[in-house]
Amino acid sequence: MCGIAGILNLGKEQPITPNALRRMVSIQHHRGPDESGAYIDNNIGLAHSRLSIIDLSEGTQPIHNEDKSLWIIYNGEVFNYPEIRQELVKLGHKFYTTSDTEVILHLYEEKGINCLSELNGQFAFAIWNSNSRTLFLARDRVGILPLFYTIQNKRLYFASEIKAIFCDEEIPRELDLESLDQIFTFWTTLPGKTIFNNIRELPPAHYMLISPNGITTNKYWYMNFLNNTETFYRKTDDLVNEISETLTDAVRIRLRADVPVGTYLSGGLDSSALTETVKRKFNNELRSFGIRFENKNYDEGSFQNEMVNYLGVDHSEIVISNDDIATNFEDVLWHTEKPLLRTGPIPLFLLSKLVNQSGYKVVLTGEGADEVFGGYDIFKEAKIRNFWAKNPDSKLRPLLLARLYPYIFKDDRLNQTLIAFFKSGIENPDDPFFSHNIRWKNTGKIKNFFSEQVKDSNRNYDGYSELMNLLPPSYSDWDIVTKAQFLESMIFLSNYLLSSQGDRVAMAHSVELRVPYLDHRVIELLGKVNSEIKINGLNEKHLLKKVFKDRLPASILNRWKNPYRAPIHKALLNSTMSLVKEYCSEQSLKKSGLFENVKVARLISKLEKSNSAGEFDEMALVGIISTQIIHENFIQDFQYNYSESDSFNQFFDYRSVNQKFTKVV
Amino acid sequence: MSRVNVVKEFIIENFLFGEGESLDLETDFFDKGIIDSTGVIELVDFLEKSFAISVDDEELIPQNLSSLQKIDVFLNKKLAQKVA
Repeated sequence: MCGIAGILNLGKEQPITPNALRRMVSIQHHRGPDESGAYIDNNIGLAHSRLSIIDLSEGTQPIHNEDKSLWIIYNGEVFNYPEIRQELVKLGHKFYTTSDTEVILHLYEEKGINCLSELNGQFAFAIWNSNSRTLFLARDRVGILPLFYTIQNKRLYFASEIKAIFCDEEIPRELDLESLDQIFTFWTTLPGKTIFNNIRELPPAHYMLISPNGITTNKYWYMNFLNNTETFYRKTDDLVNEISETLTDAVRIRLRADVPVGTYLSGGLDSSALTETVKRKFNNELRSFGIRFENKNYDEGSFQNEMVNYLGVDHSEIVISNDDIATNFEDVLWHTEKPLLRTGPIPLFLLSKLVNQSGYKVVLTGEGADEVFGGYDIFKEAKIRNFWAKNPDSKLRPLLLARLYPYIFKDDRLNQTLIAFFKSGIENPDDPFFSHNIRWKNTGKIKNFFSEQVKDSNRNYDGYSELMNLLPPSYSDWDIVTKAQFLESMIFLSNYLLSSQGDRVAMAHSVELRVPYLDHRVIELLGKVNSEIKINGLNEKHLLKKVFKDRLPASILNRWKNPYRAPIHKALLNSTMSLVKEYCSEQSLKKSGLFENVKVARLISKLEKSNSAGEFDEMALVGIISTQIIHENFIQDFQYNYSESDSFNQFFDYRSVNQKFTKVV
Repeated sequence: MSRVNVVKEFIIENFLFGEGESLDLETDFFDKGIIDSTGVIELVDFLEKSFAISVDDEELIPQNLSSLQKIDVFLNKKLAQKVA
């Protein structure tokens, strides 16, 4: 994978300098350390930094078509490119590389924007048509790879990472307080938003056309689910076989690379199933990588070891300490480019470092299986609460919650009080956010730490209304579990799991993640299956377990699912307390003006005194510190190293003579 | 300080981080999201230690714990039992 960046003049021709592009590429060097290239004409500058995975010798970008009227910079992988290429060759297209990049360009030449429906992969790219002076930006269906843009000073700037856009000092850097409200409610920003004012993200499954006639943004694919009456109700052998074959093919095409491909193995069902498929069907020499925790409450080592022994994979692991979490927090936030309410991305940042040091550039991961096959506790919680809603006075129905959350209901004495929490909203099962209201309401309480200025600014802002506007028309026809699946996929999967915990922390160490469970054929197939057989009773991912019934040990298939989490309380308040001293001091809080100093001090004092911390206090702690770090490193003191002597490996200069010699201050 | 004020101070310090203006005797901790599931454990622990009482399983219900007023009534009852 790679990093892309560009500047397009929207009005009169303003000179675009190679240096401006070099800065943009240089700051996201980690995305593409192998080589770089650029194209400039009087209207546009395109730049690319490359992590070579397919066609190592010839795939240098930008790549052009036969008559050099079309130019592409591309971050990603299209896994079905050999098949598409064959078709294009038959149609007379001439290729000068064997890369997937050139295939996309010719497919666009052939089919225009309809090319997107044929691509199976993960991508963000820009194609420039120099004849029609039209720029085409597009992003993959579920948002595996990032693409940000801003329109300012009669220019459109775009890049794989926001920091590249900020390299132009004329771009103002300010926090978007509505986005902050979103993160402190939904755990991340809603599609299209970033934590920075006027910096937008092209949402998943969207493309943008920018031509002299104007700018249009459209959606080209929908994560669709059938209405209940139309779904497959029966778990026939045919259905299980079809899922098995589709998944196997999704893995097969994701092993296409000119470098070795490894897997992440956590010991959970999803990564175990994935690693089994690769090892047993495709690559007997497989390397796998896993995370361990010093703190046994978070460690899944026994399951991991069991799978390593069962499959005989060559496994490497890192062991994460509390200090690792604190020490790497600032670096991780430089890459996530948004505040967090969890520390989960930090171990994955360190895991990608291990992968890189092991000489690997590509790993397959199990991300997406929970969303597609129905794995999350919140789906089951919604199911139980819906069942309870039909008989709200039942004493037995809510007790199912204790089966679902044994770690919350660990003290029997508190059962009745805990049940009262989950009863909230039960009288309204038709609420579009029935499944998530409790989570979001509880999270939203941490907004109480916002300063009066922030509260005032957001007084009339309502994130729920903004979210309502993003729901598809068919949403109201879906059952409660399906609605929950959609919300998880649209919000948390795309904007956190694939981003803050996915691409961003993997590419920090030049590692590409590939996610077979999010092959669009798998998503579309499972979209037709009724949620009752995805989650059979309270048995999550029932169909995935059926597929792997004879392929994985029973202890892995039947194990209790633990959410992946990393330590917070004792990690961020470690022995040195350095993060708290630096970012939660009265002076630091005053400087950002985002949080109320007295309340933050009380929170820290409470956590310092206690041995354990509740969910609310931990979310508040991570949210406050991470927002402060983002503010310091992106708003207050944005710094980057850049040497003007860095040169592009390939540079196409199509500027007029006048522009080449225009000095830009 | 009255018993109810001791509890109020604890709630303000630990769950509202100093912001107690909106908290009155009838405010429902659970409805208003002031106390979450882990907070209940902290609250009960505090009541047991501060008032030297032992809360029985069947007493751990929202009717005894969900507002300052309910806690006050509950504490009165518990402490009366203790004296008796």
